[in-house]
Amino acid sequence: MSVGFFIELGLDLASAALMLTGAVFVLAGALGMLRLPDFYTRLHAAGVTDTLGAEMIIIGLMLQSGWSLVTVKLALLGLFVFLTSPTATHATANAAYKSGLKPILQRFNPRASDDEGGAS
Amino acid sequence: MGRGLLYGVILTLVLAVLWLLLSGMWWHGIITGLGAASVIMSIYMTARFGLIDGETVPFKSILRFARYWLWLGGEIFKANIEVVKLALSPKLNIKPVITHVGVSEGSDLARTTYANSITLTPGTVTVEVEEGGFLIHALDESFADTEAFIDMGKRATAAADGGAS
Repeated sequence: MSVGFFIELGLDLASAALMLTGAVFVLAGALGMLRLPDFYTRLHAAGVTDTLGAEMIIIGLMLQSGWSLVTVKLALLGLFVFLTSPTATHATANAAYKSGLKPILQRFNPRASDDEGGAS
Repeated sequence: MGRGLLYGVILTLVLAVLWLLLSGMWWHGIITGLGAASVIMSIYMTARFGLIDGETVPFKSILRFARYWLWLGGEIFKANIEVVKLALSPKLNIKPVITHVGVSEGSDLARTTYANSITLTPGTVTVEVEEGGFLIHALDESFADTEAFIDMGKRATAAADGGAS
């Protein structure tokens, strides 16, 4: 049981935790895509997937690959996702807005009637 | 002219280092030679387009941007938690809004950084860029906080144009 063993164990645990959390955020983004009512609100859910979800998985993989060229490539990948995903999101939202898709602007609360029932 | 040469030298170094890091071919005869040729070709074309200036080679503002990105990372983390909470709560209860946010003075780079930061933060998307401001779609009223937008705009302008932050 050397010090190196514990450092390696710690790195493995940290990268596993990061990748699991990232996967949970990707899943949450996907569920949000299904649950939210219209195009614009769904874009926000997609944003969760490509910011926190993708970046956490990439950082987890960087810890896994150690001090090598692969780490540098992963870091560049993270930087490019960070820079290009808002541009793509803006282009999508702008195209929808320009072509006349109206966003839902009133309160969206489909389960409001359940509150009065008192069942939940 | 002297300044242009400095930018050119820095851009050449960055491209060469990038090529070496991505390929891993530190010394591989003809392949490294082809890499050098591609770097020279890129520099030649960039120079011919007249694009070698402070915006293509932003080495002076890279540290300010690094600080801004760290702060933005924290904001993105917080906003993500909020969006996930809203989207996954058993009783879906949101009120999407569209707001107009004015843009303070700043260069094109500062405005682009600001608009992209708003889009990158989950819960808010820049839908349209207008004269003097942005049109922003927010997932819920709680995200359309004008004070927070103005604070982000000030930080983005400070990172892109320099000056007090």
